[in-house]
Amino acid sequence: MAIKETMTINVGPQHPSTHGVLQLILELDGETVVKAVPHVGFLHRGVEKLAEYRSYHKALPLTDRLDYLAPMSNNLGYVLAVEKLLGITDALPQRAKVIRVMLAEITRIKSHLVWLATHALDIGAMTVFLYCFREREMIMDLYEKVSGARMTSNYFRVGGLSLDLPAGFEQDVKAFIDAMPGHIDTYEGLLTGNAIWQRRTKGIGHISAAAAIDIGLTGPALRCSGVDWDLRRDNPYSGYEEYDFKVITREGGDTFDRYTARLDEMRESCKIIQQCLDRLEAGPVLADVPWVCLPPKKDVLTSIEALIHQFKIVTEGFKPEPGEIYQGIEAPKGELGYYLISDGSANPYRMKIRPPSFVNLQALPQMIEGALLADVIATIGTLDIVLGEIDR
Amino acid sequence: MSQAVVAKLKQEYPAAVVDVVEHRGETTVTVKKEDIVTVCTYLKNEAGYNFLCDLCGVDYLGVEPRFMVVYNLYNIATKERLRLKAAVTEQNCCIDTVTGVWSTANWHERECWDMFGIRFNHHPDLRRILMPADWVGYPLRKDYPLQGPDRQPYQGRLS
Amino acid sequence: MPEMLSLSNDPILFIAVMLAKVLTVFIVVILIVAYATYAERKIIGHMQTRLGPTMTGPLGLLQPIADGLKLFFKEDIIPSQASKVAFVLAPMMILVPAFITVAVIPFGRDIVVGGYTVPLQIADLNVGALYIVAMAGLGVYGIILAGWASNNKYSLIGGVRAAAQVISYELAAGLSIVAVFMLAETLSLRGIVAAQSGSILNWYVFSQPLAFCLFFITSIAEINRTPFDLPEAETELVSGFCTEYSSMKYALFFMAEYANMVVIAALISTLFLGGPAGPFPGAINLLLKIFAFMFLFIWMRATFPRVRYDQLMFMGWKVFLPLALLNIVITGVVVIL
Repeated sequence: MAIKETMTINVGPQHPSTHGVLQLILELDGETVVKAVPHVGFLHRGVEKLAEYRSYHKALPLTDRLDYLAPMSNNLGYVLAVEKLLGITDALPQRAKVIRVMLAEITRIKSHLVWLATHALDIGAMTVFLYCFREREMIMDLYEKVSGARMTSNYFRVGGLSLDLPAGFEQDVKAFIDAMPGHIDTYEGLLTGNAIWQRRTKGIGHISAAAAIDIGLTGPALRCSGVDWDLRRDNPYSGYEEYDFKVITREGGDTFDRYTARLDEMRESCKIIQQCLDRLEAGPVLADVPWVCLPPKKDVLTSIEALIHQFKIVTEGFKPEPGEIYQGIEAPKGELGYYLISDGSANPYRMKIRPPSFVNLQALPQMIEGALLADVIATIGTLDIVLGEIDR
Repeated sequence: MSQAVVAKLKQEYPAAVVDVVEHRGETTVTVKKEDIVTVCTYLKNEAGYNFLCDLCGVDYLGVEPRFMVVYNLYNIATKERLRLKAAVTEQNCCIDTVTGVWSTANWHERECWDMFGIRFNHHPDLRRILMPADWVGYPLRKDYPLQGPDRQPYQGRLS
Repeated sequence: MPEMLSLSNDPILFIAVMLAKVLTVFIVVILIVAYATYAERKIIGHMQTRLGPTMTGPLGLLQPIADGLKLFFKEDIIPSQASKVAFVLAPMMILVPAFITVAVIPFGRDIVVGGYTVPLQIADLNVGALYIVAMAGLGVYGIILAGWASNNKYSLIGGVRAAAQVISYELAAGLSIVAVFMLAETLSLRGIVAAQSGSILNWYVFSQPLAFCLFFITSIAEINRTPFDLPEAETELVSGFCTEYSSMKYALFFMAEYANMVVIAALISTLFLGGPAGPFPGAINLLLKIFAFMFLFIWMRATFPRVRYDQLMFMGWKVFLPLALLNIVITGVVVIL
């Protein structure tokens, strides 16, 4: 009688390829995974509780640090949610909406570049990592020009943007999106046709459409299982209904499909950014809602009314009507949702963040059951998780 | 339209629906916690709300019932949202799990248990998810200190 | 031709010449190994649009020495639960076979010293190629021992993977060069080099292209280089079988890897590219060929992803082994006819 013993291995919180502090307890039978249990919570900072003690304006920087690889996306979701709660969504100026879409798509490219870099590095192709981070430096330069910070930009405000675009920004963005498709072709040349890459990604981490919807998977991972759902097209926000872009879907549901789909999404983002640049016109960048939006800085420094106005908004904040809303946006990793409850005071009564990576990670155990140890790493990479978002 | 769905829901389960609120174009239906699984099953199978976006708890300290469990639903085919709420009292702080309806509720309910202490009956694996396994207390409750159980409160101004 | 120097004609000269040869070869190999680390970092750096070492010495040339000194001075940690003897023995068991394989590689044409012919080869075994394959097989013992002695699950997985990988590919590698022996009609490396002398067209790379490709790929698998570097797959196993090693023992592992690279490059040059044959003086030719192959190995590391374990096994047993056997059959048919 043979006793089959499984070996329990701890892919601990400190590991080169778990994309943050994720702990996976794997039960291995040889090299095959029998059971996988993810443990999260090592990066829990209590963002939701912190937000309850800050006014709506002051809770905005907390959202930068959720998915720190796509900070402007988190900002966008939050300001859209607060604007919906206030009911001022229609008062947003056109220029602010176009710039928001442009920066959101640049952020999508940024997030997908990190995804490709770490995914390729996990599977062993180290050079792609360096190439992607070189492009990411160009995006960080754009972020720095527009907001002053490379990563946690905190550029959007409730009612529009904090500042208008700096001079020459549009030329920089144009240079970036002209160069980007060439770079994406370089990555494809290194990986897509490579027989080793294909053997490592085809058929790995498969999930069917029904299982994906049931487990709550969203974003590119869901679209590659054949479900045609993109919040930018289906529940548009910030003027997305005016842009012409394709929603990338695939039928296979395995890692290779998710890889090609995210590369195509990067190309589509370049097209959307081009449309934004064409659509950009002069105009205000903050809505004309005095009890919410801060006055322009030069007025604050010269006029007493503007100073009092700014003082009141910064110290007291604004008080929305009691009520609750849910705003979901298509973040690079999936559906990022903000559920805000207002009780009529200046602080949010409850801010619940629905992180896409948190729900996507739930799908991991069923995707790697019966797979080999090397495939576990590939699957974590293809789900594109970031622990800042999962743990909040 | 969400109103049509709500109307049909009220027709099917008139005793379960406690309240319907519309705010900023979103519909919120408050149901009794005993009927949550039947209502969810009905909404998933009959009304097509096959996607559970979010499940969370809210602590209304000072109001009876103290907790609310909120379910944000989405219909992928018609692209509509709906919100369900179920009140949970502090004395009987438990509600049935909906993991049988949508498996995604698993981790959301664990987080709700971890943060609020709302127990989910028949949950396959109810344990803490964000806090360490041996933590005492439920951090997101309104009477839990912001700075944690063993520190002095921050003396400066937060807001 | 004066007669061959040996212990019977002039023992003192013989021993002196032997010591000189051993020292030269050893020092040259150590230098190549040390600067192979530097070359790898520089070459991979430039391929990845960055520079590699530049600060230590001019152009970063003192980097290997700095690394050696650093590793020498680090604290030597032996885990309390590890089996001490095996733990300390393992790195040596990997390094020694790598270095002693060089003993049979001919690095030049015969020279005349003191009236006797001296072959530029440390030991001309008449089963030279078999000796090399045997030594390569010994190297895997060190890896298994390292993996097991560390008392660490990751290391164990790394060690077991390495063992299975090397055994599978050794078979294919050994069989793929059988065809070369059939053409040269000898196992002695000196004889194989002599059989390829004359013109460049005599080189076996032209008459045995399949064997060349097979041997190239399978020997990369034997020395655990990318794309076959699962035993030390950093991103999966956190350094694999050498996770628990520190200081000099760690350095020995890496010296062994590069020494293996040098040996395999030298071996391919000898078996397929005529060894010291070429336009320059013998040893320079061989060095040029070794450097060319090492550049190729480094280039492959920068470019390819890693092959998964079961795919590796599949390729070794179901692709390379049948191809090697096919090659032998075809060569046999051609030789007889």
